[in-house]
Amino acid sequence: MSTTDAPPVRAGEGNRPPNRLFKNLTAKIAAIPMVLTAMVIFVGCTVWTVVHSFTNSRLLPKLDFVGLAQYDRLWGTRRWLISIENLAVYGICSLIFTLVIGFTLAALLDRKVRFEGVFRTIYLYPFALSFIVTGLVWQWILNPDFGVQNIVRKLGWESFEFDPLYNPDIVIYGILIAGLWQGTGLIMVIMLAGLRGIDEDIWKACRVDGIPIWKTYVVVIIPMMRPVFITALVLITSGIVKVYDLVVAQTSGGPGIASEVPAKYVYDTMFEGQNLAQGFAASTMMLLTVVIILIPWAYLEFGGKKHG
Amino acid sequence: MADASMTVPATGLADGPRGPKPRRAFSRGNIFLYGTLGLVAIYYMIPLWVMVMTSLKGMPEIRMGNIFAPPLEITFEPWVKAWSEACTGVNCDGLSRGFWNSVQILIPSVVLSIAVASVNGYALSNWKFKGSEVFFTILILGAFIPYQVMIYPIVIILREIGIMSSLAGLVLVHTIFGMPILTLLFRNYFASVPEELFKAARVDGAGFWGIYFRIMLPMALPIFVVAMILQVTGIWNDFLFGVIYTKPEIYPMTVQLNNIVNSVQGVKEYNVNMAATLLTGLVPLTIYFVSGKLFVRGIAAGAVKG
Amino acid sequence: MKTITGILAATALTGVGAANAADLEVTHWWTSGGEAAAVAELAKAFDNGTDHTWVDGAIAGSGGTARPIIVSRILGGDPMGATQLNHGRQAEELIQAGLLMDLTDIAEAEGWKDVVHPSSLLDACTFEGKIYCAPVNIHSWQWMWLSHKAFADAGVDVPQNWGEFVAARDALEAAGKVPLAMGGQPWQQNGAFGVMTVALGGLDLWKQINVDKNADAAGGPEMAKVFEAAAVAREMAKNSKVQDWNQATNMVITGEAGAQIMGDWAQGEFQVAGQTAGEDYTCLPGLGETQILDTGGDAFYFPVNKDADVTAGQKELAALLLSKEVQVAFNLAKGSLPVRGDVDLAAANDCMKKGLKILADGNIMPSGDMHLTPDTTSQINDLMTEFFADPSYSPEDAQKSYAKIIKTAD
Repeated sequence: MSTTDAPPVRAGEGNRPPNRLFKNLTAKIAAIPMVLTAMVIFVGCTVWTVVHSFTNSRLLPKLDFVGLAQYDRLWGTRRWLISIENLAVYGICSLIFTLVIGFTLAALLDRKVRFEGVFRTIYLYPFALSFIVTGLVWQWILNPDFGVQNIVRKLGWESFEFDPLYNPDIVIYGILIAGLWQGTGLIMVIMLAGLRGIDEDIWKACRVDGIPIWKTYVVVIIPMMRPVFITALVLITSGIVKVYDLVVAQTSGGPGIASEVPAKYVYDTMFEGQNLAQGFAASTMMLLTVVIILIPWAYLEFGGKKHG
Repeated sequence: MADASMTVPATGLADGPRGPKPRRAFSRGNIFLYGTLGLVAIYYMIPLWVMVMTSLKGMPEIRMGNIFAPPLEITFEPWVKAWSEACTGVNCDGLSRGFWNSVQILIPSVVLSIAVASVNGYALSNWKFKGSEVFFTILILGAFIPYQVMIYPIVIILREIGIMSSLAGLVLVHTIFGMPILTLLFRNYFASVPEELFKAARVDGAGFWGIYFRIMLPMALPIFVVAMILQVTGIWNDFLFGVIYTKPEIYPMTVQLNNIVNSVQGVKEYNVNMAATLLTGLVPLTIYFVSGKLFVRGIAAGAVKG
Repeated sequence: MKTITGILAATALTGVGAANAADLEVTHWWTSGGEAAAVAELAKAFDNGTDHTWVDGAIAGSGGTARPIIVSRILGGDPMGATQLNHGRQAEELIQAGLLMDLTDIAEAEGWKDVVHPSSLLDACTFEGKIYCAPVNIHSWQWMWLSHKAFADAGVDVPQNWGEFVAARDALEAAGKVPLAMGGQPWQQNGAFGVMTVALGGLDLWKQINVDKNADAAGGPEMAKVFEAAAVAREMAKNSKVQDWNQATNMVITGEAGAQIMGDWAQGEFQVAGQTAGEDYTCLPGLGETQILDTGGDAFYFPVNKDADVTAGQKELAALLLSKEVQVAFNLAKGSLPVRGDVDLAAANDCMKKGLKILADGNIMPSGDMHLTPDTTSQINDLMTEFFADPSYSPEDAQKSYAKIIKTAD
């Protein structure tokens, strides 16, 4: 271990204790599981996956290289292209709505609400239920024959149309409705935990200064919660990239292939189509996209020496 | 505490008088507040209503098709069937078969994954060392990999270590896949803990573990709750890992749930499906509700600050 | 031909030789009512007929759910004793990698070659001259189920073939019926398309495409007619807003829909609903056009195991699965047809008897699974589901894509 390692205290800290090398060592030992996981599992398995994406592995992984053939086929497949388009639409909507709804609910709950526990559990319960069945319930609710459309028509509005899961143009929004229902609770809880980390005194001082509540949130609280927002952002986006159950349970990608998503393409080609290499090629493309977005972020986050 | 200025949020928490926010009981604001919370709650509850109602109906009534209507004739048969009678292959003892297996998987997996990740997050935010941020970035990347891709390489790794088809292997897998998000969660939470607390403890001579247990843990209760919610939910509802990395004697309850719900051929018993799902969801739900008590303001609970 | 007692004696002998009883873990995806009862028959026969014990590893959801689990367990070096797989090309690679047990000696001792009918079932288990799986039942796709109530409401006679059915479309729609019920899942749409190919295009055309992978035939004028018919079917199914196949079957049972194209497993739904073939519904093999059935089905494979006791148990189970007694008990419970030509299903109903007669007449074809890789099948699934969901997708364009897939198939 080099003695020129970064100081054991946070960046910007000038005051180094004398026994820092020893303590630094403790931190390093404590981080061994993380380092192993990062290197062996995430780097190792990713390399393994990428290597196998250049092969023609079918049911079993094997090293029989075919160059870029899997990628050629991938980008010539309509289903993959539609999947990407869907992911973009779903991803943007889901990201914005989840953040806004999650934060708003958390902020409301943080106003010293009575029965907070009850509300919190209600917003969070969808997260606890396996989506295989709740997806079926949404399928019913959104089904034109016995769901919302039927109810509204019975109330007298005969021409009312609401059949998102059966209309290829809007099916992805039908999935979004259920996705938000399932996912916002967790983000609400994370935001709430973040808000709980903010000192009462800040609120006091803002009130003393006469800053309106909404402005306090926008100008003071949200900037202070930057780390929490980053956590939420990673959680939401990684969930979006991996979205699978939601689609399978509600539409299995239909009508036709109108609601297919990339993770489903990966899974289906690997295990239904028994074409591992094609699935690996697709997941490599997904990962590549994430790397392109994430590396600049990491550089910004760690490159500078400031912390919020 | 040098900076008491409220307009510089980046410096963290400020000093000042403490106390509850004043509020009036029946103000317009309160009506708006509870109105909004209530409406949203109703929206969230609709699917639950449908599920509970369906689970209390008999199949003929379900076929009639009004999913929102309460049952004409309440029956608990589907619940009994889901818990103790539904067949999965030749074993007809419902969800009860895998319940204790699930508990056995859940407890070590949740404890280990949270323990490891919280220490990671703590080391990453307070005890950075050279390269720590690289490892962290890799971990975050890992959160984006569709985990299905990793199934086979992990099978090979577990086989080589010799813990394939065992509880230990499954716990390890849960710890690994929980690590990216949990580490991020803890790191970012600890990053927002006032630096002064950490400094003061260092001056008092506290070390890595001392600070972790005496200062960070008590301050981080809400985030431990979040981590627990994430892990309990994820591990309790996990089906794929539980079935791939173990064997029938220790299959988790979700295998039975999947078998009840996902049977492709034959008549779908929607009422039993709903009852089974609700039953399976009870454990995480209970934990959400009970652990909510820990959702307190970290600083106030810490009391280290004064 | 062996008698039941003969087989039991033979298995008992092997049991004595092996000395030790083993726990044999069996993975399968038969979890619904009738299926579970059928598996229970197998388990009972195994537990009672041998010294070994059946450890049940039921995982619902075929293919996508079960496959990674089965392959992981085999790769992980601690495999299950036996596992269900659709026979056909799915297991090829596991066999090549030497991970599955060679059953040839059992097959010879039990005389499988003589008793298995049709023999194509055994061919599907054969790889480079050796037998690797034990077929247990026959399922066929080529059926159309018609609701008497729907046609009565529409005021037309129940059609006896596809042509009459298409002609009845307007009457059905006028009566507010969905002419053709079809679930939205790809395998159902592809399955129906496959049935139409054989029924309307004939067996030769089907073989040219699926067996010889002849892209010209797939893009040719004969096939164009099938695609036109599929476009008509698409029109007739446009108001069928269900996902699962049994929801679609339920539309036929209630008379909400005129008909459904679905394999013989749909039979069970009518039975459960208390309907009688010929009175409440009609079953038309080959859409009433070409009386021919495919012979898909389920089979068990046995991963190679180091433990000698387990290996002995595996062999005994393989022999047991094809014994007369087990075949009758199992297939009656499951509603499928036995793989042996020499057993009598007295309890079979009208539709099953129709099927048995077609099989006995030798009007059989191999199942698509046996000739197309899962990769090709899933590409066609994607194409079909898109075609059936999108009315603007012309039959000509779909046929072009189809020919392209067949061209690259291996």
